Amino acid sequence: MGAGMTATVPPELVHRLTALKGRMQTVSRDEIAEVVSSLLATMEGDLSDDNLKLYAELESLAKYITTAKTEIAALRPDEITAQHLPKATDELDAIVGATEEATNSILGAMESLENLAGELPPEFGEKVSDAVTQVYEACNFQDITGQRITKVVRALKHIEEKVDALVAAFGDEIAKYKKAHPDAEEKPAEEQKPSDADLLNGPQLPDDASKQAEIDALLASFD
Amino acid sequence: MSVDLNMQVLIVDDYKTMLRIIRNLLKQLGFNNVDEATDGSMALQKLRDKDYGMVISDWNMEPMTGIQLLREVRADARLKNLPFIMITAESKTENVIAAKEAGVNNYIVKPFNAATLKTKLTSVLGAF
Repeated sequence: MGAGMTATVPPELVHRLTALKGRMQTVSRDEIAEVVSSLLATMEGDLSDDNLKLYAELESLAKYITTAKTEIAALRPDEITAQHLPKATDELDAIVGATEEATNSILGAMESLENLAGELPPEFGEKVSDAVTQVYEACNFQDITGQRITKVVRALKHIEEKVDALVAAFGDEIAKYKKAHPDAEEKPAEEQKPSDADLLNGPQLPDDASKQAEIDALLASFD
Repeated sequence: MSVDLNMQVLIVDDYKTMLRIIRNLLKQLGFNNVDEATDGSMALQKLRDKDYGMVISDWNMEPMTGIQLLREVRADARLKNLPFIMITAESKTENVIAAKEAGVNNYIVKPFNAATLKTKLTSVLGAF
């Protein structure tokens, strides 16, 4: 059918199809529908079996693309870049900060101990010094974990860039899906009572965490 | 020839805790004049401003990495013979080869222990 079809397709349509093929990542459903309509118009009502098969294939392809776009939009890739990835990065940064703080505390305590070792009788002072050395060696972990976490953060940023591109390509579909399926954040406050699963948040990031005094005040407010 | 334990040693690492660990281990080995830098460019500036007897540097730092610092040191007429030890988590063969080609005197992989540090220092500076 290829040779026969090409002979009847106007050069302008061939040009548009070639242009669309070159930017398949961003082509919209409406554009595909328009091209299909133009293609069918060239058949001038004289549809052969081959042309009918082609029409059915094109229609099936358009439906497949529409379904795929809707399914991808339902996955809400915009949430990945807007919420999940930044949160994961913040948590990892908090790990680095917390381990650094803890390691510095350990090193400070060991330095004090090492200074005291010099005042002990040599047989004890040497043992204390050896133990302090082992702690210094063990504290290497902070640098190694920090570097490993930095690598993970870089990988997350790479994923974020890819998902951003996906969101840009499916922008309209995602907006339509959000309009059709308003999520919990958009529900009235009285409908947002947290479930048990919602309450399992683990440690809070330093800026989000409540201080003991704030919790005490909250508890006292129930009295 | 004995090692001058009073020599000025420059340690370079972007992790403050690692600087503190290396400083403490060097102190236990008798090196008391230890200076610090947190990346290659800061280290290079210090090396050009003062006299140091040895550099112990991390590899993975910004904006100037340890290998770039090493190349700058070897290209500098005054600094080209300065003992240079790399302490890094970069443990691939290609890294070690690149460092060797750039003129590193020895190479320690993190995590390391005090005994390894002493062995490498002895290898570069002689017994102490």
